[in-house]
Amino acid sequence: MPVYRDVVKPIIAGFGITRRRLKHEKVTVMYPEEVREQFPRTRWRHVLTRYDSGLERCIGCSLCAGACPARCIYVEAAENTDEERYSPGERYAVRYEINMLRCIFCGYCQEACPTGAIVLRNDFELSTYNREDAIFTKEMLLQPMPLSGPS
Amino acid sequence: MNMPKRVETVVLHDSSTPVLGDIQKGGNVIVTSIDTLLNQARANSLWPLTFGLACCAIEMMSSVASRFDLARFGSEAFRATPRQADVMIIAGRLSKKMAPVLRQIYDQMPEPKWVISMGACASTGGVYNNYAIVQGTDQIVPVDVFVPGCPPSPDALIYGIMKLQEKIKRGRNPKSFKELRLVELEPRKLEQVS
Repeated sequence: MPVYRDVVKPIIAGFGITRRRLKHEKVTVMYPEEVREQFPRTRWRHVLTRYDSGLERCIGCSLCAGACPARCIYVEAAENTDEERYSPGERYAVRYEINMLRCIFCGYCQEACPTGAIVLRNDFELSTYNREDAIFTKEMLLQPMPLSGPS
Repeated sequence: MNMPKRVETVVLHDSSTPVLGDIQKGGNVIVTSIDTLLNQARANSLWPLTFGLACCAIEMMSSVASRFDLARFGSEAFRATPRQADVMIIAGRLSKKMAPVLRQIYDQMPEPKWVISMGACASTGGVYNNYAIVQGTDQIVPVDVFVPGCPPSPDALIYGIMKLQEKIKRGRNPKSFKELRLVELEPRKLEQVS
């Protein structure tokens, strides 16, 4: 049995591939420590944005709920009054709920929104232990108040 | 084949059931340490079962590939047989014809076993709110982690697996009644209990 040809040479050739691969660039993203850069149009977690004055952009028109193919958005509107003003328009969303588990992150709500209130940002860490926790309420979706506060 | 009925989780009080606040004062330090050790070992070598049902399976495959490399979490060995798997990743929409098969494969997995429901369709049905698709795989098997997304990107799935590892490391002692899941050989129906 030719030891060199049948045993030693294939081993050297095999480890040669490993040696050549060592020179390549490392491709693994070490995920929990380092998050890869998302693409600019990535659609993940929804955010209800505010104007710079601190008023909510959402006017409770339910166009996002109508555009949603998965029917995962629920909007309940209420009238603004001069004492309690949430948005510049006539109405505001008193309840705004998105079922993140049913949502398919298509971005149609973002396209349908006339005031640009609902936007999809790139936070993808949304896993939950049960289905109830996946229903995001308005308080969870709403952007925090700007530091200057409402004017 | 009969569709398995949904079993309501019922908290029954018998002597073997762990109850909140019923912690023994001493003498079981070694046992709990071994439990912790076992949970660490279980959490850090989760072998998933390939249960790719639709397009989510593509993302599940790429999460094992070199860019995201699920092997860093000890889950590199995807098993095609339920006898050697720990966690079932249901990736894709589950049709009603497939549901008995899913249940059978889940029953064939050895204890302890966990289930990850990956994607909108597996978790709730997603856009497929119709006669053919099961509206949520938790109607068929007990699901531990739901991963939203359509499909979830590999890092979102890895985050779900990390959450499952947290849950396993927390151990079997339930921190609240909500997390208490009884393993019953013959599940009792709700009407038989009350």
